[in-house]
Amino acid sequence: MNRAQFLACPECDLLQHDAPSPRPRKALCARCGAVLYERGDGGLERTLALTVTALVLLALANAFPILTLELQDERTSATLAGAAAALWSQDMPLVAILVLFMAVLMPLAELAALAYLLLPLRRGIRAAGFAAVFRVVQFASRWGAVEVFVLGALVSLVKLGHVADVEPGIALLCYGALMLVMAAIEASFDPRELWARVAPA
Amino acid sequence: MSRAAAELGLLACGTCGLVSRAPAAAGAACPRCRTRLALRKPGSLARCWAYLVAAVALYVPANTLPIMYTSSLFGSSEDTILSGVLFLWDSGSWYLALIVFLASIVVPLAKIIALAALAASVQLGWRGHRAERARLYRLIESIGRWSMLDIFVVALLVALVQLTALAAVRAGPAALAFGAVVVLTMAAAQSFDPRLIWDAEQRAA
Repeated sequence: MNRAQFLACPECDLLQHDAPSPRPRKALCARCGAVLYERGDGGLERTLALTVTALVLLALANAFPILTLELQDERTSATLAGAAAALWSQDMPLVAILVLFMAVLMPLAELAALAYLLLPLRRGIRAAGFAAVFRVVQFASRWGAVEVFVLGALVSLVKLGHVADVEPGIALLCYGALMLVMAAIEASFDPRELWARVAPA
Repeated sequence: MSRAAAELGLLACGTCGLVSRAPAAAGAACPRCRTRLALRKPGSLARCWAYLVAAVALYVPANTLPIMYTSSLFGSSEDTILSGVLFLWDSGSWYLALIVFLASIVVPLAKIIALAALAASVQLGWRGHRAERARLYRLIESIGRWSMLDIFVVALLVALVQLTALAAVRAGPAALAFGAVVVLTMAAAQSFDPRLIWDAEQRAA
């Protein structure tokens, strides 16, 4: 029996035949409706290109202010690191770490891990610790919250807008773009293609 | 005839998805990627319940204690999550008030109740509405992160206003409790194994 012809649904464990090639773009579990797999348009090459783009955006998003406040000729800006530092100085180190964890560290871990897996794979090389790094991608994509942070910045903008002049900064635009690029990564990345390239089963 | 992989002595690797014959010994590795295999998430229900109990305990201070203190020349005030929502509503941003209300108050509570119902339904071996329960689980998993919204808002307000001479914003104890609720409910959702919903059917059959 060639076991690669079978799929088990990750959410209900139903065993199903993999469709013969050409496989459909998207397959749902026949019993519980979970997505079994979804094939991206540009394959791993596009995923890698998007990943590099996202890394640049994430770097910019952390180098510039997210919001700038002007109150009676006084200007203050908040970067993400600044926000975490402010919470830390107010005896809220755990909340500061949580903010950094979900808005910076997890997106960074997901993108860096993807780049680490995909770059050598272009030349047919299987990166060291492949499975462990892939689990980092799985974990980090569940805990990263870039889109929630963008909405949080918009809510802050409106809240403070009632009492002061608040301007969105470059970093907020970068975070907005990052949100879209990460959605595109999710749409184009097909883990099955990745594993098939690494070790045809 | 549809059957689960586990019934046929097969299991899928959680990392690379390869279906292989279930090993006799615990702790065996996937033949393709060497990940340790497990038929179901270990201790799924016990972990889920533990996270949920902790989340319920912290949900109360998260909503009753102040999440933010504001002081300015015009006096000082403190905000709970709910009063922050009411402020947005009164100032005309009813759409934002609605979003924050959903993300901060409705979503965490709905997640706790829904996960408790799912865990209880599995524990009792309930066999009805399996497809609906599977859909409910997917919904819970996908909306979990949105509860972080209020924490991000507090972090940005604190950073922007703490440095000005005219006003100061400080984070309150509810920020810590609420952050913990977000993490605990996400951990509860991830420790629950949705395959257990369908296992009940097979045990009975």
